[in-house]
Amino acid sequence: APPKAVPKTIENQRVYDETTVDPNDEEVAFDEATDEFAPYFNRQTVPKILITTSDRPRGRTVRFCEQLATVIPNSHVYYRRGLALKRIIPQCIARDFTDLIVINEDRKIPNGLVLSHLPDGPTAHFRMSSVRLRKEIKRKGKEPTEHVPEVILNNFTTRLGHSIGRMFAALFPHDPQFIGRQVATFHNQRDYIFFRFHRYIFKSEKKVGIQELGPRFTLKLRSLQKGTFDSKFGEYEWIHKRREMDTSRRKFHL
Amino acid sequence: VVWSMLGNRQFCSYKMTTKTQNFCRNEYNLTGLCNRSSCPLANSQYATVREEKGRCYLYMKTIERAAFPRRLWERVLLSKNYEKALEEIDENLIYWPRFIRHKCKQRFTKITQYLIRIRKLTLKRQRKLVPLRRKIERRENRREEKALIAAQLDNAIEKELLERLKQDTYGDIYNFPIHAFDKALQQQDAESESESDAEREEDDDDDEDVEKREFVEAEDSELSDFEDMDKLETSSEEEQEEEEEVEKKASQSKSKGKTPLKGPARRKRPYIEIEYEEETEPSTKTKAA
Repeated sequence: APPKAVPKTIENQRVYDETTVDPNDEEVAFDEATDEFAPYFNRQTVPKILITTSDRPRGRTVRFCEQLATVIPNSHVYYRRGLALKRIIPQCIARDFTDLIVINEDRKIPNGLVLSHLPDGPTAHFRMSSVRLRKEIKRKGKEPTEHVPEVILNNFTTRLGHSIGRMFAALFPHDPQFIGRQVATFHNQRDYIFFRFHRYIFKSEKKVGIQELGPRFTLKLRSLQKGTFDSKFGEYEWIHKRREMDTSRRKFHL
Repeated sequence: VVWSMLGNRQFCSYKMTTKTQNFCRNEYNLTGLCNRSSCPLANSQYATVREEKGRCYLYMKTIERAAFPRRLWERVLLSKNYEKALEEIDENLIYWPRFIRHKCKQRFTKITQYLIRIRKLTLKRQRKLVPLRRKIERRENRREEKALIAAQLDNAIEKELLERLKQDTYGDIYNFPIHAFDKALQQQDAESESESDAEREEDDDDDEDVEKREFVEAEDSELSDFEDMDKLETSSEEEQEEEEEVEKKASQSKSKGKTPLKGPARRKRPYIEIEYEEETEPSTKTKAA
């Protein structure tokens, strides 16, 4: 009988991206040592996160914000009340916040996420979809505790993906508390970033069980800006241009 | 004549009627209502204030020019200064009926107010509505579903966690004595007591004991099912016992539907190990519920 053929999947057929990061790449390592996340990765700063929404958030968004705040340690939720982002950013920097998350809302469901690293760091704008609150998740566990979770970043291969992955990693404090046995996962698949929050337990050497707790959502990157949030004068590092980038089904950017 | 023809009785294309009022859609109308005194068609001497691109103009219509429709409306630019503009209106409409003068000034006031408001609002944040494109939305949703299926998140997470365990990132917290465990699993009967005990004693140091204790206590705070834990903690420090507790907890805290299967199966192993030990308390039985 002929040997079993390897099925073609989209991941197999993926168009080779020239910006794929090689683990031994010196240039990338040098870049990462000197970019805006260097203080975080050198353990000089402790992440402190401000979560807010667009104007007039509806119930679902508010609850989602609260749950996000329990998942991410050292985070605070503040209501927007019509304040201009350009004004609250200097205030945040003055109060020592490291990251700002703005959840944009449309027709009572959250649908966008702006994540900006504060002291003059990159700003990423995502389209958020498929948001499930804790009570909508089946077979979930109890509430996430205050322990610092571990972080798993999967499949961030290209240069762009790498920087986004570091942005996510910079949200969480550096030393996870393994007692808590919680893990937050950002899994990138075909340019969609799936966020999950689990509690794991090792049943034996080769077996682990995971139990989903905490909200889940998926993100798709729309744009990455170099400075803090500025829609008019910002310098965009990457924008998703539909006409150019969505042409091939096998080409992904993250 | 005009009024009796159009306004009141017959059809005027600018006239809009609602339940309580008649409105006039004519752009030169001063008040906006359809009245005998505010119809620009029916009055041969008429004036209005209109604004174009932020500048206000005074439009006037006189009888003398009634025969020349092109030159009918005379336009005067009003100054940007509010008071000066009012004076200009007065000058231009000097011998005109009071009604028209008054209404012109009122209209001018209203217009300047809304122009001010426009300018103020443009300085504040403006909400830009970006339309969603249905096809694109649908396409992205479909791709997201497919990506989700392709991602196999649970497997990926489990793999990653096991990798981390192998690479010893967790240090000494989790103690799975690989070889001894496998042996114990496979040989359920014939293994000599001393051999298994010795192996287990080797594996579990005092430090690990302490850490395991921490592990246990933390679990206590999270999972409140285990009231028996207090008894077991204070009981004699049997490393084997704690191992069993860990396993028990594992079976009970993991609630993905696998527990019912594993429960009775799991119970067998600790039971068997109890037989091997000398001083185990039977309190582990009560926990199994």
